[in-house]
Formats: sequence, C-alpha cells, structure tokens
Amino acid sequence: MDFTSFVFYFFSAILLLSALRVITARNPVHAALALVLAFFTAAALWMLLEAEFLAITLVLVYIGAVMVLFLFVVMMLDINVEEMRRGFWSYLPAGALVGGLMVVEMVMVLGGKDFGLGAVTPRPADYNHTAELGRVLYTDYVYPFELAAVILLVAMVAAIALTHRKRADTRQINPAEQVKVKRADRIRMVNLKPQKPEAPKEED
Amino acid sequence: MNFPMPDLMPVLPELFVLGMTCAILIFDVISRTRTPAYLLTLATLVGAAAITLVTALPQTRYTFGGQFVDDAMSDALKLMAYVATFAVVVYSRGYLVERGLWRGEFFVLALFALLGMMVMISANHLLILYIGLELLSLALYAMVALQRDAARATEAAMKYFVLGALASGLLLYGMSLLYGLTGTLELPALARVLETGVGDDLVLAFALVFVVAGLGFKLGVAPFHMWVPDIYQGAPSAVTLFISSAPKLAAFAFTMRLLVDGMQPAVADWQGMLAVMAVLSLAIGNLAAIMQSNIKRMLAYSTISHMGFLLLGVLAGNFAGYSGAMFYVIAYVLMSLGAFGLVVYLSRDQHEAENLEDFRGLNSRQPWLAALMAILMFSMAGIPPFVGFYAKLAVLQALVGAGFVWLAVVAVLFSLIGAYYYLRVVKLMYFDTPRADAPAIVPAGDARALLSANGLAVLLLGLMPQPLIALCANAMQMTLQ
Repeated sequence: MDFTSFVFYFFSAILLLSALRVITARNPVHAALALVLAFFTAAALWMLLEAEFLAITLVLVYIGAVMVLFLFVVMMLDINVEEMRRGFWSYLPAGALVGGLMVVEMVMVLGGKDFGLGAVTPRPADYNHTAELGRVLYTDYVYPFELAAVILLVAMVAAIALTHRKRADTRQINPAEQVKVKRADRIRMVNLKPQKPEAPKEED
Repeated sequence: MNFPMPDLMPVLPELFVLGMTCAILIFDVISRTRTPAYLLTLATLVGAAAITLVTALPQTRYTFGGQFVDDAMSDALKLMAYVATFAVVVYSRGYLVERGLWRGEFFVLALFALLGMMVMISANHLLILYIGLELLSLALYAMVALQRDAARATEAAMKYFVLGALASGLLLYGMSLLYGLTGTLELPALARVLETGVGDDLVLAFALVFVVAGLGFKLGVAPFHMWVPDIYQGAPSAVTLFISSAPKLAAFAFTMRLLVDGMQPAVADWQGMLAVMAVLSLAIGNLAAIMQSNIKRMLAYSTISHMGFLLLGVLAGNFAGYSGAMFYVIAYVLMSLGAFGLVVYLSRDQHEAENLEDFRGLNSRQPWLAALMAILMFSMAGIPPFVGFYAKLAVLQALVGAGFVWLAVVAVLFSLIGAYYYLRVVKLMYFDTPRADAPAIVPAGDARALLSANGLAVLLLGLMPQPLIALCANAMQMTLQ
C-alpha cells in the first residue's frame, strides 16, 4: 500500500466514524461538531484528488459559514434530543440488521473491480482548477448553473412566505406619523361654561 | 477560448415563464390587491402556450451543448402542463380567498413549479433532469406548507420534504453510479455506451435499482407510495389539485427520458422492476381505495393505481406502449383536474368537502356538478365512451402486443375492483338523499365554466379519441427516432 492509499483510508475512516457520531451523539452540539469533522475530512479527500478549489470551498462555505450558523441555531433552540430520539434504541436492532445486510450487498457488488483506487493521472503544475471550473461553469454548464440560481430564488421565496408573518399581538409605532403630528391632532379645546359643583346629597 | 452562443429559440418558453415569474414577484409587492398577479399568471400561461406553439418545429432541436431537447413530446407535454396549471389557478381562486391563502406566493411558487416541470420535460442530461426535479419539488413542498396555521398541512409538508429528500438521495446515488460506469451524463451518450456494453452488468443493475426506486417515489407508485395519501389529504385542497395534475406529466417525461432515451439498451433490466411496481400499485391502490371515507384519500389511492397503469405502458417497451402511456397520462391529468377541481369547488368557508358524505345527494342540490363528477368517475373507472377507457385500452393493447398477457389480465382484474369505489361515488350522488345540514354551494362563474369544459373534454375525447392518439403517436415517433 503506497502512501496515497494510506492517506485515503485514514481520512475515509475518520469520515465514516464522524458521520456515525453525527447520528448517534446525544448532544446536538456534539453532533454538529462531528459534522464539521466529516466535512473537513471530505475536503481532505478532495485534496487527494487534486480538486483544490472544491476542497477549500467546502471548508470555507460549509464549515466557515453554514455550520457556524447551524451551531448558533442549535445552541439557541432548546431541543430535547432524548424526546425526539424516543424509540431509537428499540428500532436499532432491526435497522442495524437491514443496514448491515445492505452494506454487505453493496460491498459485494461495488467492491474493487469497478470502483477501486485507480491512480489519478497528475495534472501539470501550472494547471489551474479554479479557472477551468469557472470556464465550464459559465460556458458548457451555463444552463444548469442558471437553473441552480432559480432554485435558490425559490428557496428564498418559500422561506419568506413560510416564516414572515404579521403578529396580531404586537403594537407597532410609526415614527413618521409621530414626527408629523400637530398640536391640533392631540389637543381639543373645549369651551366649558363655568358651573357650580353640585352639592353632595345628604344621606339619611 | 471560444464559446458559441447557444440557440435560445427552443428555450424561449422557459425564458418567458422565468421572466414573467420574476416580474409577478416584484409586481405583487407593490400592488394592493392580488387580482393583478392572478391575471398576470393566467396571461403568462397563455403567452407560454402561444410561444410553444409558434416555435414548434417538426424536427428535434438541441441546444446548450445537447443538454436541452425540444421535440414533439416535449411540446405536447408542456402545452398540457400549461393547461393544467391554468385550470388549477382558476379552480382554486375562491378556495384560496376564503382561507387566507390568496397571496402572491401561491402564483409565484406554482409558476416556479411549472418551470421545473418544463425543465424536466426538455431535459437531455442527468444533471438537468435532477435540477428540474428539485425545482419542482421545492416549490411543491412550500405550497403544501403555505397554510401555516393548519397543523395537518404542516405535517404533510414535513413528511413530503423528508421523504422527497430521501428519494432524491437514492436517485442521485444511482445517477452517480451510472456516471461511474459510463463516464457520461448525457442521455443519448449514455444509451450509446450501454449499447456497446459496460462490462459489469451487475453494477448496472445495481445502479438501476436506485434510479428506479427514486423514480418510483416521485411517481408515487407502490412500494414507494406511503407519502401519497397523507400528503393529498393534509395539503390544502387547492395544492392537492396541483400536485395531482401537472407534476404527473413531468414524472412521465422523467421516466421516458431516463429509462427510454437514456437506458433503452438495459430494457430487460428495468422491465422486471417496473412490472413489480406496477402490479403492487394496482393492487394496493385499488384495494386500499375501497376502504376510504375521505375522498381526497380515495383519489390518492386511485392515483397510485393509475400510475401503476402508466408504468405498464412504459414497461411494454415498444412504440405502442410509450404512446399509450403518454395518452394515459394526458387523460389522467384531465380527469384528476376535474375530480379534485370539484372537491375544491364544493369546499366553502370553513368547510372542506373532502368526505364522501359531502357528495351525498349532490344531484338534488346541483344536478350539473353531479353529472360532471359522474362523467369523471366513469372515466376513471375506464367505462366507455369516456377517455379513461381508451387510455386503458391503448396500454392493454400494447401490453398484449409485447407478450405480457398475464400483466394485462392482472390490470383488468384490478380495474374491475377499482370500478367499485368510483361507482360508489356515483351512487352516493344520485341515489342517496343529501344531509340536512349540507352547506350551500356558492356559485363561481369562471371556475364553473372551466369545470364544465373539463368534464366535457373527458367525454368528447372519449367519443373522438383519434386526434389525441395521433398526437401521442406522432410525438413518440419523433422522440424515439
């Protein structure tokens, strides 16, 4: 086994273990952190394939932005994982049996012959992945690229449609109205005739 | 670097729909009432239909480096999708207004979903197929959840979202295996590689299992049907009307592009899988529908059985089967639009006409609506002279022609069982007396006129099925050449 294969298996093992931790961790913060580790090792695997741009984007976008936001949300919401995970252990044997069976079958079908660790043909040193990626993204793949943008627009519309609401129980003030207010709007002069207060009735 | 500007003529309908959707999105923010957005949506659909008709050419055109295909099948299915979306928007107006769902987002999301369907219908590349599917699904998830204060709708949206994501995962995994095997994502190139043999048929079959499973989920056929009844019942009826109609056209196009355009050489592999799914769908759909008291649930199970029938046409694997399946899906969309359209039409203020009980004695209250519902039920049951009969006949003929006599026999048997629950609705409407507390039906002129046209179309296409049969045959001829 050469060094590259060793590195591959090393990172793959960490990736699998951290992915397992994501779904088994009791504490949601631990699960999110395990997900960070999974993303990081996946980035390392991409680096092995010489996909530097993708690897760095994964670290910057997913770990740097998405997961940090996600951690914030997890910490702010008080999620009772045990409540949500009720029945996890009772379903585990059946699930593990089916899952294990599938893994064995997949290894038998997919193992080695077609999907082994073939050597990656190295690119010349001045090969620029970022430029190449940009080139195909804006020429050959411009159609799916634009469609992906439409999907993001749908996500935005949907998120606003589902969460934006006017609550009936909040009172709002309008500063513009407040500034424009005139004396006449607030005070009404009433001409009252002077009158004597009535004498209190005597009680018997 | 030279990059030829892609030919934008074939994509013109998509560009028009996208541009108009964005315009409606902005316009709706500044307008006080929703009526302009409603009218603009209808205008968009009419405009898109006009563009599709004007730019239709008798030959197949490719653009964006072969990722987009414009042929007779795509034109026909797109036109049908415009009609379906048009009908959905008109039928559901009263329903939406009364439930506080009369918002610009409904139109915008419906048009985005339509765009997703158009992309799927014209896809010639695995990546485009997947992106179109996601565009459609995301818009649909949001539409189901649009009724935010209804716990049932929120639950349905959650189920739809989680299961949909799982199915997308299966589909993507299958696609990635196909890419690993063949080294291409383009469907015609995929077919060429499969023609020469990929060396390892076991891996190919394995990839097919995942692809077909994802496909089955999106079509809503057994054993991937669990979501259909819950979501049909939980979603607001207007959204159910949408989900049950136009997306079925896209799902059919998806099946045709993926399995026939892309993997025709592996037909022996996917035929068996489709046969199992079709028989299971016919059995589960028809048997479970008998036990339902909720008409939305009943029609959901009937959808499952209809999609099973559709798969029978595809798995016949010959020209007659494909054009029969296309005829079937168009007929089904017309029937489903009418049936769910009536459910939406009869639902009024605080009252969902979603139980079979609500149809009791409809004839004495609204004879014309009862007659329309009867036409639709007879057609769904496959009784001549309605269009549903010819749809079933076309598929069965193709099946027998391809040598699957036993499948045809099974299909006929389950259709007979299915006729029971369709005819029960007719019996309830005509022979039972209405409940004393039945709510009044508020007439709405435009929806009523369109519903009448819809019901009469089911009858007329049944009396004169030849033009539609010719259209489907022509479309398939061109796609398969």
